[in-house]
Amino acid sequence: MRVKAQVAMVMNLDKCIGCHTCSVTCKNTWTNRSGAEYMWFNNVETKPGIGYPKRWEDQEHYRGGWQLRGGKLQLRAGGPIEKLVQIFHNPDLPEIDDYYEPWTYDYENLIASPERRYQPVARPRSQLTGEPMDEPRWGPNWEDDLAGAPEHAKKDPDLKGLEAHVAFEYEQAFMFYLPRICEHCLNPACVAACPSGAMYKREEDGIVLVDQEACRGWRFCVSACPYKKVYFNWQTHKAEKCTFCYPRIEAGLPTVCSETCVGRIRYLGVVLYDADRVKEAASVPDEKDLLRSQLSVFLDPSDPAVIAAAREAGITDAWIEAAQRSPVYKMAVQWGIALPLHPEYRTLPMVWYVPPLSPIMSHLEQTRPATTADEILPAIDAMRIPMEYLANLLAAGDVDVIRGVLRRLATMRAFLRGKTLGLPRDESLLAAAGLTEEQVEDMVRLLGIAKYDERFVIPTGRREGEEDLQALQGGCSLDDVLPPAGAFAQGVRPIELRAAPKGEPR
Amino acid sequence: MSEFLWVVYPYLCLMLLLVGMLTRYNYDQIGWTSKSSELLEKRLLRLGSLLFHWGIIFVFLGHVAGLLIPIGVYEALGVSEHLYHLTAMAMGGITGLMALAGLLILLWRRLSVRRVLRNTAPADFVALGFLIATVALGLSMTLIYNVSHLPYEYRTTVGPWIRGVLLLHPDAALMAHVPLILQLHILTALALFAVSPFTRLVHIFSLPLAYLRRAPMQYRRRGTAAAYVEDRWDGGR
Repeated sequence: MRVKAQVAMVMNLDKCIGCHTCSVTCKNTWTNRSGAEYMWFNNVETKPGIGYPKRWEDQEHYRGGWQLRGGKLQLRAGGPIEKLVQIFHNPDLPEIDDYYEPWTYDYENLIASPERRYQPVARPRSQLTGEPMDEPRWGPNWEDDLAGAPEHAKKDPDLKGLEAHVAFEYEQAFMFYLPRICEHCLNPACVAACPSGAMYKREEDGIVLVDQEACRGWRFCVSACPYKKVYFNWQTHKAEKCTFCYPRIEAGLPTVCSETCVGRIRYLGVVLYDADRVKEAASVPDEKDLLRSQLSVFLDPSDPAVIAAAREAGITDAWIEAAQRSPVYKMAVQWGIALPLHPEYRTLPMVWYVPPLSPIMSHLEQTRPATTADEILPAIDAMRIPMEYLANLLAAGDVDVIRGVLRRLATMRAFLRGKTLGLPRDESLLAAAGLTEEQVEDMVRLLGIAKYDERFVIPTGRREGEEDLQALQGGCSLDDVLPPAGAFAQGVRPIELRAAPKGEPR
Repeated sequence: MSEFLWVVYPYLCLMLLLVGMLTRYNYDQIGWTSKSSELLEKRLLRLGSLLFHWGIIFVFLGHVAGLLIPIGVYEALGVSEHLYHLTAMAMGGITGLMALAGLLILLWRRLSVRRVLRNTAPADFVALGFLIATVALGLSMTLIYNVSHLPYEYRTTVGPWIRGVLLLHPDAALMAHVPLILQLHILTALALFAVSPFTRLVHIFSLPLAYLRRAPMQYRRRGTAAAYVEDRWDGGR
């Protein structure tokens, strides 16, 4: 067992109102720079829809993520030799128009225009060429609220296998929002695809980053990420991606997207995992087993053996305690109501989703909400968002997984409704969903009341153990090379601290 | 003059290459990139970049074979002069044409695609210009001079001269009677070396061969440099 910690995220899609506040605050923080205009580390898609970049889920086209070839886990687009052969032209790389051509407006014209008969306008202007654009034709949320859905949404890869009974007529249409950031995967395809070794996963919090100094612009991370969440800056010619707001996380603060979420849909918490079992878990033959295998990589933070191993690995008690209180661990493991996005990509993503409940299709059913065990299952099956669709998105097509999660969510609601209205109690209700009353109370509190301190359980970064704080403050660069002299000769030298035996708590 | 062109100038250029690369490597890691513009345009790049890169790689290998390996080795192997030059002209002609065609497509792309043109730095044109000049001169030597005249035996002149330059005892006299086209080819090639540290050509030195042997998964510990990269994915490979 090799314990590592990760700050993971869960988003409760049931509560997302599609306001894009997360996207905007993220953009203002991270990507309002030239070359990064088209990048949205966080974006919100309306589903069904083709998304951003267009049809990112179509791995036949982009060849992102992993696949099993002859029982062996490999990047879908091929290993190192194939990469080096394709280094001069990466056939799988999206083009800027797959995202959209970034533009701004001639705001200056609004102020500087001389008096005219007609009001001055701010024309759109391309940020790639600086030239006026006749009309922008695509943008990061062009399909907001199903805009243009009759034309585009049919091409949504998640509709595979259910076109027959899904129509985009107004009466039958369904939609929900899908906010997306980098998944900070346990088995990141982008890291494996980087020829320069510039991408890495941080050992202490699992955040996946690009070393801007080591990146050589080979672009394979962009195509290898099945979520298309690594971007190529066309001005610096280097890759950039969601940083999980690591400077905030290190300070114990939630990411900007989480902090500013109006619907309070986001949860952040520590998950301990066994790094030695990652590859094995990503290699299970049946895609439908990937959820279970990923769950098996997560370690129980209350298990004494795990705690001992975590301490051995240098994880502090503050982090272990945070892992025990982790809302993510509760939702993903203990309650089983959160699911990974497209587990079939085999990257073991670490941003999970609580699937949305939705109104019931039949008008007759809507007169009275389900409150008993017998009523819940038919009600779930009649929900407006097709179960198959959610299964394609969150469960590698396994409808039973979705049904189980929706059942637990619907049971929670039914139980609370019955309790609040003083209805006769149906003892089989909780048992049928595999929940206890205490769990349901906790779920209601975390999902419904959603207190700040319970949504975000983030231990601060462990800087106290960091070697060489004096040097960071401005020491002599020759300290490691030359014998100490002068003022540095007395006291503890940084290098001795650094040489602390491996495995000891830092 | 001869001393300057074939002794001083080559070392000037090579020094610029060496010092320029080292300086940039030390002070400009953040700017060290292949400067790919594939995101902005893919179709022409595919044709131009593939033709150029594969062409130039084989051209480079051809130069190693022709210049660094002494003529005596070929004679010892029993490769006749005729056979050598026929092969060199055929291989050099094909791969040189590939490289030149690729370069011209890339130049056309850079000039005609607005998105690419707007994001072109002067240094990109410098690199492209010197590459085109060098490849065009080299190719005209192979395909025009060698065909219209007799194939030129550079293995007894340019070859020993280059080896002399690399071994630090250059002999300018060896270059005295070399055809003008070939002389110009060498001079532009040296100029290309001299400017390359200041252009995108630095990416040649970043060919990621280490990737072939690296573990797929890369962990790093916070607050430490790349030296702490942990190369394990599933407990070692």
